[in-house]
Amino acid sequence: MPYEKFTILESSGVPLEIENVDTDQIIPARFLKATERKDFDKNLFRDWRYNQQNKLVKDFVLNDRKYSGKILVAGKNFGSGSSREHAVWAIYDYGFRCVISSFFADIFKNNCLNIGVLPVQISAQFLQLIFDSIKNKPKIKLKVNLVEQEVSIFGIPQKEKFEINPYKKGNMINGYDDIDYLLSMKSEIKNFANKRPF
Amino acid sequence: MIKKTLFDKIWDSHVVKKIENGPDVLFIDRHLIHEVTSPVAFLGLKNRRLNVMYPNLTFATADHNTPTINQHLPIKDPLSAKQLRTLKYNTNKHDIVFWGLGHKNNGIVHVIGPESGITLPGTTIVCGDSHTSTHGAFGAVAFGIGTSEVEMVLSTQCIMQPKPKSMRININGKLRDSVTPKDVALFIISKLSTSGATGYFVEYSGNIFSEMSMEGRMTVCNLSIEMGARGGLISPDNKTIEYVKNREYTPKGENLSKAIEYWSKLYTDEGAVFDKEYNFNSSEIEPMVTFGTNPGMGIRISGKIPEIDFKKDSSSSYLKSLRYMGYKIGDKMIGKKVDYVFLGSCTNGRIEDFRTFSKITKGFKKADNVTAWLVPGSHRVLNKIRSEGILEDLEASGFKVREPGCSACLAMNEDKIPAGKYVVSTSNRNFEGRQGPGARTILASPAVAAAAAITGEITDPRNL
Ligand code: SF4
Repeated sequence: MPYEKFTILESSGVPLEIENVDTDQIIPARFLKATERKDFDKNLFRDWRYNQQNKLVKDFVLNDRKYSGKILVAGKNFGSGSSREHAVWAIYDYGFRCVISSFFADIFKNNCLNIGVLPVQISAQFLQLIFDSIKNKPKIKLKVNLVEQEVSIFGIPQKEKFEINPYKKGNMINGYDDIDYLLSMKSEIKNFANKRPF
Repeated sequence: MIKKTLFDKIWDSHVVKKIENGPDVLFIDRHLIHEVTSPVAFLGLKNRRLNVMYPNLTFATADHNTPTINQHLPIKDPLSAKQLRTLKYNTNKHDIVFWGLGHKNNGIVHVIGPESGITLPGTTIVCGDSHTSTHGAFGAVAFGIGTSEVEMVLSTQCIMQPKPKSMRININGKLRDSVTPKDVALFIISKLSTSGATGYFVEYSGNIFSEMSMEGRMTVCNLSIEMGARGGLISPDNKTIEYVKNREYTPKGENLSKAIEYWSKLYTDEGAVFDKEYNFNSSEIEPMVTFGTNPGMGIRISGKIPEIDFKKDSSSSYLKSLRYMGYKIGDKMIGKKVDYVFLGSCTNGRIEDFRTFSKITKGFKKADNVTAWLVPGSHRVLNKIRSEGILEDLEASGFKVREPGCSACLAMNEDKIPAGKYVVSTSNRNFEGRQGPGARTILASPAVAAAAAITGEITDPRNL
């Protein structure tokens, strides 16, 4: 599915200062029954956003009016557990284009890059600085520059570089996905397949 | 000659193309699909007007969303029913083998792959489910993928991924009494934490693993993902070959001999270097239970809930987790109340797990305060439970056996543990709400689950 191109994003961030957030929290399994990519945003962090009586949990960050923006800032080891891409669809469709954390789970990171959410991995110290800055000033803007591979906070001198695979970076900047690439090499794949023993 | 790891040998032989500064284009030998992570991928094919490139390399089953009682009746939940109809339609349209409810080959995707001979040493295997790592038990490079990648495999039989780093975990020696493969895996995860192997593909090595049955190896490899690893694998040996030969999809005759010749070369060369290596002492491992909300929060069953280890957790995350579980630092796990017991899943839903469970419960009665859900991983497992007389033993102790599926492992169907209740579960994830909103999961082996089922509390199976 085509996604919005990504070069530079300037936005405030939503601080989810919790570690080891697994994809079962991002989108619980009972909401995976769809046969289309639709409405996953409604159930993003469902069991943290709503209590068991289906009432909004007021102090959960997504429900807290103080916070908004296209950047989700999360504690380390974000996205562990289930491989469900639905978790990233929920994040994207909710309006986030970027997740910042000090560590990401593998499959989650791959899934992000495949659908146009930029995972930005930074040091634990810089992550803490971002959390603290948002706590001080909830609407403070962050700048995620994919071209320069750099994150900064408005009004604060510190910056930090982040890594991204150059091929994936190209994809994000151009809004391409891997299928386009793979389709272009079908005959090579066929030759390879013919030589497989089983 | 370059010394290669087992993982290198398999991965490198599947690279169609190396992209400079980019991922490898990796050829996939076997693709397993199910109802939950495939519909949007098929929709993608439709939107791009693409066909499935090699329909004979993809196999479909219904498992995640299916009821585990009365499977012959129409499915009540309209959304689940629609997902299953969609899978049937898509597989039919694209000529893909589909084992729906009631089919003799039906069951949990990672249980039926090996049973049907789809899982073979030296192959690359993917599925839109993170526990695809299970198949690594056969010396395959097997890992979970997202739905976009399912679409890639359907349309081109390839995915694009950077090659993971390599890790080896060595355990030699002798395992103590009542220590099962599940305990070995929970022990390793408790040492490495849930992110300790992120970015790595793990090889398990040492006599502990070579002496394990194929089923035990599957349990260990299954749980690789819970320490963040892409996957885990074990070098194939005679046990592996004995297991795979004569199965429905295994090569036959001359092809089999050729295959065996190839499989016998699948080992890590002496002197090959891993990016990371761990050694553990087998005598340290005891029956394990988890006390928190991720699989890394495990301790020996006789232990107490530890203080916060700041190297692993921050205090807010740790305390949040204990609050969810209703536990305190310093609590003993033995004697904790149990409301539910779940035996099943692709981690521990195979015949050996049912044998272990019933051996312990035989001669006892199920505790009155415990609701037990015993869910075989497949129809083949269910048939064996019947033919080996395990069903009678279980029924004599007051248990019932359900029909196969993922069930309470992810609680997508009706099998949800109610909020606040404690479940001793042989599955793989104790995340908040994983087994039902508000459910509190204690991960353990089938032996510990059996002990809990007859005493109604956490009990060391050695003390029964
Ligand atoms: S049993 Fe659980 S982990 Fe295994 S395939 Fe089913 S949902 Fe996934």
